[in-house]
Amino acid sequence: MRLVKSRETVLFAALCLLLALIASRFAGFVAPGNLARVFNDTAPLMMLALGQMVVILTRCIDLSVAANLALTGMVCAMLNVAMPGLPIPVILIIATGLGALMGLANGLLVWKLDIPPIVVTLGTMTIFRGIIFLISDGKWVNAHEMSAGFTGFPRAAVLGLPVLSWIAVLAVLAFAVLMARTALGRSFYAVGGNPHAAVYAGINVGRTQCIAFVFSGALAGLTGYLWVARYAVAYVDIAGGFELEVVAACVIGGISIAGGIGSVGGAVLGALFLGVVKNALPVVNISPFWQLAISGSAILIAVALNSDARRKTGRIILRKAEGGQ
Amino acid sequence: MSMAERHIPDRLTGRAARVLKSWETLLLAVAVGIFILNSFASPYFLNAWNLSDATFNFTEKAMIAFAMTLLIIAGEIDLSVASIIALASTCMGFAAEAGVGTGGLVAIGLTVGLACGAFNAFFVTVLGLPSIVVTIGTMSLFRGISYIVLGDGAFRGYPADFAFFGQGYVFWVISFELVLFAVLAVIYGVVLHKTNFGRAVYAIGNNPMAALFSGIRVQRVKFILFLLTGLMSGIAAVCLTSRLGSTRPSIATGMELEVVTMVVLGGVNILGGSGTIPGVVIAAFVMGLVTFGLGLLNVPGIVMSIFIGALLIGVIALPRLWTKMRRRR
Repeated sequence: MRLVKSRETVLFAALCLLLALIASRFAGFVAPGNLARVFNDTAPLMMLALGQMVVILTRCIDLSVAANLALTGMVCAMLNVAMPGLPIPVILIIATGLGALMGLANGLLVWKLDIPPIVVTLGTMTIFRGIIFLISDGKWVNAHEMSAGFTGFPRAAVLGLPVLSWIAVLAVLAFAVLMARTALGRSFYAVGGNPHAAVYAGINVGRTQCIAFVFSGALAGLTGYLWVARYAVAYVDIAGGFELEVVAACVIGGISIAGGIGSVGGAVLGALFLGVVKNALPVVNISPFWQLAISGSAILIAVALNSDARRKTGRIILRKAEGGQ
Repeated sequence: MSMAERHIPDRLTGRAARVLKSWETLLLAVAVGIFILNSFASPYFLNAWNLSDATFNFTEKAMIAFAMTLLIIAGEIDLSVASIIALASTCMGFAAEAGVGTGGLVAIGLTVGLACGAFNAFFVTVLGLPSIVVTIGTMSLFRGISYIVLGDGAFRGYPADFAFFGQGYVFWVISFELVLFAVLAVIYGVVLHKTNFGRAVYAIGNNPMAALFSGIRVQRVKFILFLLTGLMSGIAAVCLTSRLGSTRPSIATGMELEVVTMVVLGGVNILGGSGTIPGVVIAAFVMGLVTFGLGLLNVPGIVMSIFIGALLIGVIALPRLWTKMRRRR
């Protein structure tokens, strides 16, 4: 029964219903090859949503992920132009490390100086974007300047799926293990669920939040390289506004913005939901201009459905007084 | 987190000292510093027309920031303001193409703003949902509707006298927008700092439960605050549309974050409960001066954002770093 009523099951059912509706008019959409394409398209959103999930679980928010992705992507592209011979594993390490470093900057400001996360990441978001302009001089790095190995890596097919998809799958598995099987994973929940109780349980709240930011940053950095390599172009405005899409995926996936509630499955399904909507619009002949309105409505419906569960947490003595004004 | 902790000045006491050590004074010093730097940086800076033009950088954002200040003090946030501008502007453009006059256009802009505010307010106060999530949703929704209506296109056919709101001057070099900004600043200052409604806003931000039990209609006050941010976005939409003379669905993209930045820079606690209108007014001038000064130096807009971001973090981090270091000693 608990499984039937769980957030993930409802979302999974909604996703299947959506796919069935599309398939009833355009059977080609649910062909395995196309579904794989949709999955691959959604992979970056999924990876960022995983990082954002951890941050939101600890009662923070990371608005700088898209800027982090863009900055790392630009750095990788420029590195590739400067040193075409640099092997891919090195680039992967640099991308992840650079992203993690930017996440660490966010985390330290939140941990050591107690600045509210929304303020910190609002600031670093604009700073990262500005730095991209400074290092690139506002110029684009185009496909013909990048080496074949650099752009080929995320697109290379392994067992029928591109490497980009496999990396997303690995990230999902890694986070599933992290959240369910490690002390760190539990402490993310504990910090968001009740920070005071977490302190008494011997958890360093600030450090846990900092680690969450590092995870989010590292994933954003890794995705930054993959994004730039996949689309074979890097410029200042890459993934502009993507941070809110990432938060939206988490919200649709049932991750409570108040912290402490959420799951890896939810984040993945939330991202997939947005990904399917985005990919289905042109197929069913609706102009892509509808995409924003649809995802906005999806967020509103998702939070409205979630509200019941939220309101019953915590003890309210005079429920009548609270509800009846 | 120890956000509720108050910083109590230890050596300096009394009213004068409090004013001297306040956030507003710090910001004012920053503003004066930037002003002096600007006048050294470019010979074109100290020119009445230039200075007047500089105000367009922030007047529209500041109008929304006033309402946002009240909302954030009450512990909520509205991220949909820029999208409300897009939707209101789209509706005005649609009406203008149909031949509606200037008065009608203004009425439509304000009505759409109020309606969007009421939509947000319904979700937050009636359904009890967190405002940050609701307004992220309506942010996509409102702008999405503009994209559905306009697509790649634009509305242009505004009547000639409509241009007054964004381009008109009331007294010699003082623009209509600047006058509106000043009037709104006074109104919001009085409402927040001198009325029972203002007290209620602070009370709700500090402890909603306690506010409720002391007889404040918490949900009704919040409803009014969302209506206000909607209305202010409507007014900003009229000014911005009039200034640009056209409507595109991408109008005012990212402005919500600039408005929040302005409010936070003005010393308003993002977690609610404290902040002042004078602080936000000074913050508006600081942001306006920074962007204008850098513009005179031909610094591209995106690089200015580095300064704004660093200013935001720096201004908040430095006092905390300072108290931390003193405590350690």
